Amino acid sequence: MAHESTYVPGTGVEKWLDKRLPIVRLMYDSFVDFPSPKNLNYWWTFGGILAICLVIQIVTGIVLAMHYTPHTSLAFESVEHIMRDVNYGWLMRYIHANGASMFFLAVYIHMFRGLYYGSYKEPREMLWILGVIIFLLMMATAFMGYVLPWGQMSFWGATVITNLFGAIPLIGPDITTWLWGGFSVENPTLNRFFSLHYLLPFAIAGVVVLHVWALHIPGNNNPTGIEVKDVKKDTLPFHPYYTVKDGFAIAVFLVVFAIFVFFNPNSLGHPDNYIPADPLVTPAHIVPEWYFLPFYAMLRAITFDIGPISSKLGGVIAMFSSILVLFVLPWLDTSKVRSMRYRPIAKLWFILFVIACIALGYLGGKPAEGSYVFFAQIATLYYFAFFLVILPVLGLIETPTQMPKSISEAVIQKPKPDDGLSTPAAAPAE
Amino acid sequence: MSASHENPEEEPTRRDFIHLLAVGTAGMAGVGVVVPLVHQMNPDASVLALSTKEVDISSLSVGEAIKVFWQGKPVFIRHRTPEEITASAETPLAVFKDDKARNGNLPANDDAEDKNRATNPAYMVVVGVCTHLGCVPLGSERGEVKGDFDGWFCPCHGSHYDTAGRIRKGPAPENLPVPPYEFVTDSIIKIG
Repeated sequence: MAHESTYVPGTGVEKWLDKRLPIVRLMYDSFVDFPSPKNLNYWWTFGGILAICLVIQIVTGIVLAMHYTPHTSLAFESVEHIMRDVNYGWLMRYIHANGASMFFLAVYIHMFRGLYYGSYKEPREMLWILGVIIFLLMMATAFMGYVLPWGQMSFWGATVITNLFGAIPLIGPDITTWLWGGFSVENPTLNRFFSLHYLLPFAIAGVVVLHVWALHIPGNNNPTGIEVKDVKKDTLPFHPYYTVKDGFAIAVFLVVFAIFVFFNPNSLGHPDNYIPADPLVTPAHIVPEWYFLPFYAMLRAITFDIGPISSKLGGVIAMFSSILVLFVLPWLDTSKVRSMRYRPIAKLWFILFVIACIALGYLGGKPAEGSYVFFAQIATLYYFAFFLVILPVLGLIETPTQMPKSISEAVIQKPKPDDGLSTPAAAPAE
Repeated sequence: MSASHENPEEEPTRRDFIHLLAVGTAGMAGVGVVVPLVHQMNPDASVLALSTKEVDISSLSVGEAIKVFWQGKPVFIRHRTPEEITASAETPLAVFKDDKARNGNLPANDDAEDKNRATNPAYMVVVGVCTHLGCVPLGSERGEVKGDFDGWFCPCHGSHYDTAGRIRKGPAPENLPVPPYEFVTDSIIKIG
């Protein structure tokens, strides 16, 4: 939350700088003395984890760009060159490739946390919207990055996804040609994807700054969803309380990360991407990376025409709407209670929503036939119903359970047995 | 500008003129900046230079098909058997999901009859890119699956095309397009 600065410049140099560019003051107020609710649980550590993920991707990415060649005749071989010849090239590439998966794993947990605890609600709408923008930028960056090794999945993934734009009425084919810089996915496409793949992470970093700014105006939400009433009683300074908690979570997260990098570096990739791209041979099953599978399932779930909208356009609309609906979520949810800890019915629908997302992920990896399509249609229907019907209606009819009066009261109370998500912080002596 | 807003009777001032001129110039300059920045991404001269291709079909025996590369895309050329041509020509128009010819050599609103799909019915020339999401359908090479209608079959999402490249079953919305082409001689086709 916006608060009075408590920074006191210590040395003469700091005093000199503080009068001219109060950057140390900004850092101190944002990351040292920032008052944070004292009851934040481990689900709140994913913001810090995501910041680390972005740094890892940028650092390893810059290194890889020093050895990679964005040309169709050399791209695949330059990646093999990185793997075999470049000193520690294998390490950089495996960290970068698995880092993308870790990034999405963390962002999905971060988003589900926001959904469960109502972090998107007033006064944090801008914070949530900026987060959705970061998510879109991440998806674009990851998609273009996956094209760069120029394997079969790179090429055909790029072909399928760029063809989606062809479904737009009238101007679709022209947009597709413009994206390609040719009449199919070819060298100009690879070249520009490399340029944009290098650019977008810095755009993400810029929006992250806005995201943190928008966080520091209202301050953190917390597991109770109750606003801070008394800064002294309800909050703790960010440092050392949350630097330590975030630091521990980051360490655990990096252990999982390392298990993938060192023991299963290819388990999240597709073997077909070790076959050089061939425009004349389509792999039997084109599947995107795991983190896109739920959206791919929604794309393929629309197998029927709706009036003038063809099934192809319908699938594209469904896929993009699944993310666009997040932008208006703060105004769709009518409940005054933020945290689902106190919303017994919403909690059940939320669990079903998580199951639907995981089911869509599973179905997106299966061939689009028979019962797989049917279940994908059911899950897609539920995905949209959750946002467009359940949250708006439930807020009007649900009776929330009794809430504590303040954060400090919630902390002093014994943890509720029905809430497995909470990790109450120890109540400090006051 | 503010002066004239306050008093509509008053003549436009020199400041109003400078405002309009500045905003107009900046707008024009903006357009001048955006056009090259956007247009540079369209196909360049070297890509456009490769837009035609000549193919010798004299060695293509009846029942066989070949794939050639044109504008970065595969083009299928199939030498159809007389039975295939007859069967295709006798299929009623009503069964086609897409009843347009999609033939680059004919007007856009021609219907999808067999005669509108090829210049010479013995040789079916179609762009081998599935109209669903751009995969390459199977069925040109010997031994490949040809689908339920003996033409081509897209393995990605299960679209079936007939021997004239028309969509008969599956998610693809349109028939395989026929590229613009002409017979330079009896055995040489120029595509594009």
